Amino acid sequence: MFTSFGRYILLLRLSFRKPEKFTVYWAEVMREMVSVGIGSLGIISIISIFIGAATTIQIAFQLASPLIPRSIAGSIGRDTTILEFSPTISSLVLAGRVGSSIASQIGTMRVTEQIDALEIMGVNAPGYLIAPKIIAGVTMVPVLVIVSIFLGIGGGYLACFSSSDVSTSDYITGLRDGFDPLTIQVALVKSIVFGFIITSICAYQGFYTSGGALEVGQSATKGVVYSCVMILFADLVITRLML
Amino acid sequence: MIEIKDIYKTFGDNEVLKGITADFKPGKNNLIIGGSGSGKTTLLKCIVGLHAPTKGQIIFDGENFTEMDFEQRVPIRKQIGMLFQNSALFDSMTVEENIIFPLNLFTTMSKEEKRDRANFCLERVNLKDKNKLFPSELSGGMKKRVGIARAISMEPKYLFVDEPNSGLDPQTSIVIDDLISELTLEYKITTVMVTHDMNSVMGIGDHIIFLYQGKKWWEGSNKEIAHTDNKELNDFVFASKFTQAAREKL
Repeated sequence: MFTSFGRYILLLRLSFRKPEKFTVYWAEVMREMVSVGIGSLGIISIISIFIGAATTIQIAFQLASPLIPRSIAGSIGRDTTILEFSPTISSLVLAGRVGSSIASQIGTMRVTEQIDALEIMGVNAPGYLIAPKIIAGVTMVPVLVIVSIFLGIGGGYLACFSSSDVSTSDYITGLRDGFDPLTIQVALVKSIVFGFIITSICAYQGFYTSGGALEVGQSATKGVVYSCVMILFADLVITRLML
Repeated sequence: MIEIKDIYKTFGDNEVLKGITADFKPGKNNLIIGGSGSGKTTLLKCIVGLHAPTKGQIIFDGENFTEMDFEQRVPIRKQIGMLFQNSALFDSMTVEENIIFPLNLFTTMSKEEKRDRANFCLERVNLKDKNKLFPSELSGGMKKRVGIARAISMEPKYLFVDEPNSGLDPQTSIVIDDLISELTLEYKITTVMVTHDMNSVMGIGDHIIFLYQGKKWWEGSNKEIAHTDNKELNDFVFASKFTQAAREKL
C-alpha cells in the first residue's frame, strides 16, 4: 500500500513538470475539458433532476405533520442537494463515466506501447497524458456540480408541481428560508477534491497497467472502485472540517 | 555511433542480459537476433532508455546515456526514431497528426512547413494522400510504414526497430526491410533492428549480433552467417529443412 502511495505521489510530481511546449498542452487541456464537462452533462442532468424530485417527495412524506411547516421540504431539499447529492452522487457517477474512460484510455496506450513511443520522443508522458486530465477534472467537476445543484432543485420544483404533497409556493418559500452561503463553499470544495481524486487515481491505475486487454479492464475497475471509496472518505473529512 | 558496454539487466532473480558489449555504426543495418526470451527486446529497451540497465554503459556518439537524467536525455531522444512491433501509432490522431506530433512539441516550424514535412515523410514510405486516415483504417503494413514516417519526421540520427515484420506477409516484410535499409543508407542513420525474421537477416543484415541465453553468442555479417560453425546460431538460423537445404546450396 505504501509503495503504491509513493508511486502515486511520484507520478503526480512528474505530471506537473514544466511542459515541453505550452500550446500543445493547452490544446490537450481544452480537449479534456470538453470530454469531461460537455461529455458528462447529459448523465449529470438526468440524475440530478430525478434525485432532486425523489428527495423532495420523500422529505414531504417523512415530515408530514401539522406541527412542521410544509415549506421545510424546500429547505431540507436545497441543503441536501447542495451539500451531499450534487457533489457526492454526481462525483460517484463521474467516477464511473470519466474515471473508467481515463483508466482504460491510458491503460490501452500503455499496453500498445504508445506511452513508450511518447517517452522515446522525449515527451514527459505523465505530463502530457495526466496533467490535462487532472486540470480538466478540477475545473469541470465543480461546473457540473453547480449545474447539478440547479437541476436538482428544479427537479424538486417539478415534483411539487406534479403532486399535491407540497405546493410550489411552499417549496419556493422553503428554498429562500435560512440559506447559508457556506453550503455552496462546501459543495465547491468537495467537487474540486472529488475531481482531483477521480482523475488522478484513475490515471494512476491506467498508467501502471501491464499485460493486455484483461488488465486494462481490471485497471479501469480498480480506478473506479478506489476513487469511489476515496470520494466517500474525502466527503466525510471535508464535511467534518467545514461544517 | 552507439556503443554498449558490459550491459546487465536483471528483473527480480531473473538475469536477462549478461554482460553484452557491442558497437553499432552509422549507415549500417545492425540486427539483434535470437530466440524468444533471449533478451533482444530487453536489450533494445535498455539502449533507448525504456529500461535502466542494472550495470553497464550506453554511449551515443561519446555521450553516456546511462548517466543522464530525463532532462539531459531529451536532446538525444530528439535524435531517436523508433518503430515499434505494433507500430504504436496514437489512435486518437490521424496519420498526419501522428507524424506532426513530435514536430509540434520540439520544433518552431510553421503549419505549412510541418504539413510539407509530413507529406515528404509519407511520400518517402509510399503512402501519399493517406494524411487524413486514422490508424484503425490502415492495414498492418501501412501502420508500419506510418510508424517509419513518424520515426523519420525529426530526421533522426538513430533508428530503432522492434520486430518490424511480425504479423506481415513475406512481400510486405521485404518492402519494410528495403525501406529501412534505404533510409539507413540515404541518411547515414545508425539503425538497430531486433528481429527473428531470417529474410531480414539474410537480406539487410550488415552487422548481426546473435543473443543466446542473455549473452552475445556470435557477431558478424549476413555473408558470414551462412558459413559459421557456431552450433546454437546454426540451430537458430537453419531450424527448418527448407533453410538447411538452402544452406547446402550456398
